[in-house]
Amino acid sequence: MNGGKQQANPGLPGSLETNRRLDRWLKIGRDGTVTIYPGKVEIGQGILTALAQIAAEELDVALERVQVAVASTSHSPDEGTTSGSRSIEESGVALRFAAAEAREILLARAAERLGTTIEQLAVADGVITARSGGSIAYWELAGEDLIAREATAGVKPKSPAEHRIVGQTAKRRDIPAKVAGAPAYVQDLALPGMRYGRVVRPPSYQARLASFDERETRALPGVVAVVRDGSFLGAVAAREEQAIRAARALWRSASWNEASTKLPASGIHAFLLNAPAQDTVISEKVDAKARSRAARSLEATYTRPFIAHASIGPSCAVAQLVDGRYTVWTHSQGIFPLRRDLAKALGVAEERITVIHAEGAGCYGHNGADDAALDAALLARAAPGRPVQVQWMREDEFAWEPYGSAMVVKLGAALDGAGSIVNWRHDVWSHPHSARPGRSGGANLLAGWHLARPLNAAPPRDVPQPAGGSDRNAIPLYDFPNQRVAKHVVTEMPLRVSSLRSLGAHANVFAIESFMDELAAASGVDPLEFRLRHLKDPRARAVIDAAAQAAGWQAGQRGDGVRGRGVGFARYKNLGCYVAVVAEVAVEHEVRVTRAWAAVDAGLVINPGGLVNQIEGGILQAISWTLKEEVRFDRERVTTRSWDDYPILTFAEAPPVEVVLINRPDETAKGAGEGAQGPTAAAIGNALCHALGTRVRDLPITRERVIGAL
Amino acid sequence: MAETFTLNVNGASRRVTVEPETPLLYVLRNDLSLKGARFGCGLGQCGACTVIIDGAAVQSCDVPVSAVGDRAITTIEGISTPGKPHPLQQAFVDEQAAQCGYCATGIIMSAKALLDRDPAADEAAIRAALAKNLCRCGTHNRILRAIRRAQRELQR
Repeated sequence: MNGGKQQANPGLPGSLETNRRLDRWLKIGRDGTVTIYPGKVEIGQGILTALAQIAAEELDVALERVQVAVASTSHSPDEGTTSGSRSIEESGVALRFAAAEAREILLARAAERLGTTIEQLAVADGVITARSGGSIAYWELAGEDLIAREATAGVKPKSPAEHRIVGQTAKRRDIPAKVAGAPAYVQDLALPGMRYGRVVRPPSYQARLASFDERETRALPGVVAVVRDGSFLGAVAAREEQAIRAARALWRSASWNEASTKLPASGIHAFLLNAPAQDTVISEKVDAKARSRAARSLEATYTRPFIAHASIGPSCAVAQLVDGRYTVWTHSQGIFPLRRDLAKALGVAEERITVIHAEGAGCYGHNGADDAALDAALLARAAPGRPVQVQWMREDEFAWEPYGSAMVVKLGAALDGAGSIVNWRHDVWSHPHSARPGRSGGANLLAGWHLARPLNAAPPRDVPQPAGGSDRNAIPLYDFPNQRVAKHVVTEMPLRVSSLRSLGAHANVFAIESFMDELAAASGVDPLEFRLRHLKDPRARAVIDAAAQAAGWQAGQRGDGVRGRGVGFARYKNLGCYVAVVAEVAVEHEVRVTRAWAAVDAGLVINPGGLVNQIEGGILQAISWTLKEEVRFDRERVTTRSWDDYPILTFAEAPPVEVVLINRPDETAKGAGEGAQGPTAAAIGNALCHALGTRVRDLPITRERVIGAL
Repeated sequence: MAETFTLNVNGASRRVTVEPETPLLYVLRNDLSLKGARFGCGLGQCGACTVIIDGAAVQSCDVPVSAVGDRAITTIEGISTPGKPHPLQQAFVDEQAAQCGYCATGIIMSAKALLDRDPAADEAAIRAALAKNLCRCGTHNRILRAIRRAQRELQR
């Protein structure tokens, strides 16, 4: 952010605030195209299609004319990271205002040329026509650099009633090439003269390379270089399988000092509760009169393990060093923040590094993408002039990616005699949920920590309220007269942790929504009715009602010992989309989700098909997290190394999902990529309890945990 | 030592000179520029690298090139003709059956091997045929719908 005082025109909407040039956002081509330049990137969420829709809508051009430029530090606006479901609110809003203003500028110029006024002009697919006759197309004005100026955001975008492209399902434009098998990902880049690199990671976090023998490796076919810098060890070879073999040979020859590693084996939750923590009360409400009505109280503790992003495609990057300048192709979520940390790690000025986005497999948050970029740059130094591609091996992805934090949530509540909650207490213990690159005070790139002159990690920092990190969604949206919500952030991190889809919201919502069911049961009230009783927000009530209706919810229906159904609800970050999920489970050999229904209110809907796809995916992924996933480690090492160690939801297990959208054209458009994670987890836990009368408060809800609870 | 192998890939004879233990995946991707099969795990656990060899879905990360012989290899690039996607590919577009799409080509190849062998495969058989394919984005239902849509198209 710029300092506020110097700004001539403070408070521009979305990312226009920090990137004010109109021509940074879009260009009109002489060839009948419009190119948009979002700083946000495609990570499988379909964002580029939605952004193209927004630009086409405001400019009055056909969607097919809009092309999306690949994000690069050489020309893109700096929009930070593509994270937090913020792309529609930041990039989308910027493009909406930029395109509306560009249209007005083009119309003004056309009015001059046609000798009329803007009011007398109409636009259809980029052709401006005067009522009095005569027309001129945007493309004919392209040479005049009309939009090479600062945005004012003074032109009002269309009202939703005028939308013809926004609000309609637009098919993702990248899918045909992807299913054809065309090169689509950074993993598929094949640059002339490209070499292949692989890195030998230490066996554990604190391990340091004591010795290794490179003679055998150097004698292997195709090996071009062996690179050692402190405990960073890697090889470059002419062919990919040769690089892999070289890395394996290096691994066999290496010995490491691991003595200092002490992971809290199986005791991570006790560790979180006992370690020094930064304690912050984030919400407090006091109503002594209401509190005096307390008739009974309940407490419960919920936990979540470390969860892996577990991309299907291991992290990858290509880097090339030519005449002291680096070019890096990466699937990072933040090309500018990555460049800042690369500059620190490589010891060069940022201006000497160009970072270009190239798609990777879905990441679901901060995985190894940025780390692979530094790996590639370090190995590229050993093959000057040539591009070097590095892809992580599966075991490195599992062992070294930054996980979603383990968490403990303790809840307490008091009910009055009529079954109303009169007091609420929420305490959450967690590591900070964000350790992305680009921070001051260090560099958050894995290889940097292993160099002979190591870089320190930037001091861990939790995302503050109102979005929140470990405390995301810790403040209940329900209306309680008394409440106290506190977070206890533990910055000593035995395992590497950063942002995983929804950050702390997954565990906080799982806890709150499980506890709401426990309180409803204690009050003898149907869980749906119990929620609505404590909830004023009409949009919240509407999604709960809609999900219940889709699922055919019947109040008072009993689970039968095998099957049950449950509900979970949240407004993501208490600021974003509203999502309610109803899950139906069957408890057989394992707990199985047999169906799920969701209702979503994300304000103005840009691309309904894309929104549904995101929610469906979020629900299925959250089912996987909730029932199956846990990163494992012993006192020394992370022991999760392969898909056998970390099973995820399979095709045999995926239940049908039905999503109901509530479009609110007059409300701000919100992202929805993370909104389903917490509600889904809670709906499953509640459905299990409905089926068996037994609650599992520790994730994942495995067969062993269910047997233990019975 | 590198040896020369003559492979039968998408109906064409292709000669490559590589070390015998080279996984077929890297020969396809880096020697033959067929990037549609992708590295996911190197252990045959995730299916991102699936191709069809003599009618069977095979994880190409796990097969040394020397073990293939003259058997017919079909990759995702070999199932369509220019301008005309295979019904499975078209159905994935129609159903928008991808988020990141990294797993999609391997899944299409597993599905094709099944439908070639058992055109009337039921839902359970389709799910079972995808036992070695993982999807992390949670696109399972759209993928299953796309396969059933392609199946109807293929049976017409």
